[in-house]
Amino acid sequence: MSPSPFLSSAPAASTLSISPPTNPPTALATASTYAGRTIRQYIRTPQLLVVNAATSIMFLLIFRYVFGGAISTGSIPYANFLIPALAATSGLFASGIVGVAEDAESGFFDRLRSLPVPRGAVMVGRSLADTVVILWGTFVTIAVGFAVGFRPEGGIAGSLGALGLCIVYAFALSWLQIFMGLVAGSAQAAQGLSFAVFPLIFVSSAYVPVESMPGWMQPVANNQPITMMIGAVRSLVIGGDTTRLLGHSTTYFVVRALIWSAVIAIVFGALATRRFTKQ
Amino acid sequence: MTTFLWHHASMHSPATPRLDADPDQPIIRATGVTRSFGDVHALAGIDLVAQRGQVTALLGPNGAGKTTFVKAVATLLVPDGGQLLVGGVDVCRDPQRVRRLIGLAGQSAAVEPALTGRENLVMVARLFGHLPPAARVAADAVLDEVGLTDDGDRAVKDYSGGMRRRLDLGASLVGSPRLLLLDEPTTGLDPRTRLELWASIRALVQGGTDVVLTTQYLEEADQLADHVVIIDHGKVIATGTPTELKAQAGQDVIEVRVCDEGDLDAVGALLAPLGTEPPRVDVPARRATVPVINGTDRLSELIRQVADHDIALDDIGVRRPTLDEVFLALTGAPE
Repeated sequence: MSPSPFLSSAPAASTLSISPPTNPPTALATASTYAGRTIRQYIRTPQLLVVNAATSIMFLLIFRYVFGGAISTGSIPYANFLIPALAATSGLFASGIVGVAEDAESGFFDRLRSLPVPRGAVMVGRSLADTVVILWGTFVTIAVGFAVGFRPEGGIAGSLGALGLCIVYAFALSWLQIFMGLVAGSAQAAQGLSFAVFPLIFVSSAYVPVESMPGWMQPVANNQPITMMIGAVRSLVIGGDTTRLLGHSTTYFVVRALIWSAVIAIVFGALATRRFTKQ
Repeated sequence: MTTFLWHHASMHSPATPRLDADPDQPIIRATGVTRSFGDVHALAGIDLVAQRGQVTALLGPNGAGKTTFVKAVATLLVPDGGQLLVGGVDVCRDPQRVRRLIGLAGQSAAVEPALTGRENLVMVARLFGHLPPAARVAADAVLDEVGLTDDGDRAVKDYSGGMRRRLDLGASLVGSPRLLLLDEPTTGLDPRTRLELWASIRALVQGGTDVVLTTQYLEEADQLADHVVIIDHGKVIATGTPTELKAQAGQDVIEVRVCDEGDLDAVGALLAPLGTEPPRVDVPARRATVPVINGTDRLSELIRQVADHDIALDDIGVRRPTLDEVFLALTGAPE
């Protein structure tokens, strides 16, 4: 180990000659820079993508093959009942919550707050990146779904519509993840907090028909946002007489799903942005 | 291990153009700045001025309020009261303008392990407002500056702790800030890496960046700072150059070590009239000490007398109180 050249001598003056930027970054530059960094972080950390996909696949296989036989979904094949629900709710199982908490914990958010960035744009960037990551989970679910018997019967238009809804949900739920990650503040707390969404998904029409639940629980399960979001995707995918099969028309579900998505995105977007920007 | 090389720069290199608010104002002026978290008064009325062109060290024990103050300067939190100006710009009224003047390196190295060193710097440069080509130029210049050019395309997860700190320091420089804020920059670093970071900080000041740093290490303040501000319980309890602070807190001490234990009494007798207190004699160490005023004059007097008495000395000297002694005297020595 050679001794440092300057230890004995007077320090040399820094030659750093960078002109300072003339303008602070635009909202677009801020959002795309943070989104690009976050997506790269995922791609370069394959564990994250694999764990994410493995969780989705595990849930899918357990319900398809372990519980599926005991769950009666009438004339709808269980794969067709289950896969749209899992695809629609990928956003509840994503790791965005942990990623946000890590950025808060590592001091990265402090650095961002000390920079002349439009602070709201930082959160938009995070949301866009997390949306992409959530859609990766959706893609894995659909791909494995096909292997275990999922067959959409609502035609091309129905399938494309369902896919479009999944993208809308991913964006909306990314805000929930971001908000929870900011509340958690540390990666460990975020891991724990990520289970808080379980009642939301289990007390819904995701895995079992709501009619099989106790009477007092049914109004909750029937009217909560996740049931609406799942119902919309499911009815577009299975096609046919959805009022007879699912209890309501496709339009009924889609309208409510879109309203709920907007509410989730606006409420948690505002809460997350407020929490990030407040000093 | 990478050798940490700096440009041996000419002092004639053109001054970096920097954004500035009001060059006549000190880089930080705090007047009665307060901030509480519930019942805890993290800042209980801080008054301080950090001048341009020098390193100001905020020195204090854990929980003294140093980090809270740096966060207030960095616009991460708003003071409850008082006035805080950065280059004359009010942090409460115009935080966005303050953010264009500062670069912050916090306590942990806030760099992304999955990205390369260069990608980290380009990202932060973009967030300072550089367009992509300028961001790449800035990243290259900073990599060079912090001695990481050869490792610029390696993932940060493969960096050592010291390299991460250097990269983090570099990230706070890509926007060529007027004021660099370093919150405990060398906490947790090994001695060699600490020396390297000190050298880089000195080089930056030479290059015209104002630096305000917090530290718990008295040695660090002594080594780096032109101006030391001692903070305890959210208040400034002393300020000055390291030398001034040492002078303020304690007297010089003359220390004599003799070769022959039998000479100790004679030396003690010579020391007695020089000191402000009776000399202390430590027989096993063959050493006598006495606190004095005007240590250097007293010392030359003593040396003449010792020569007259023909006493063989092992060592003789005058020493200043260390900054540790100052610090403990001011903050209350733990018993």
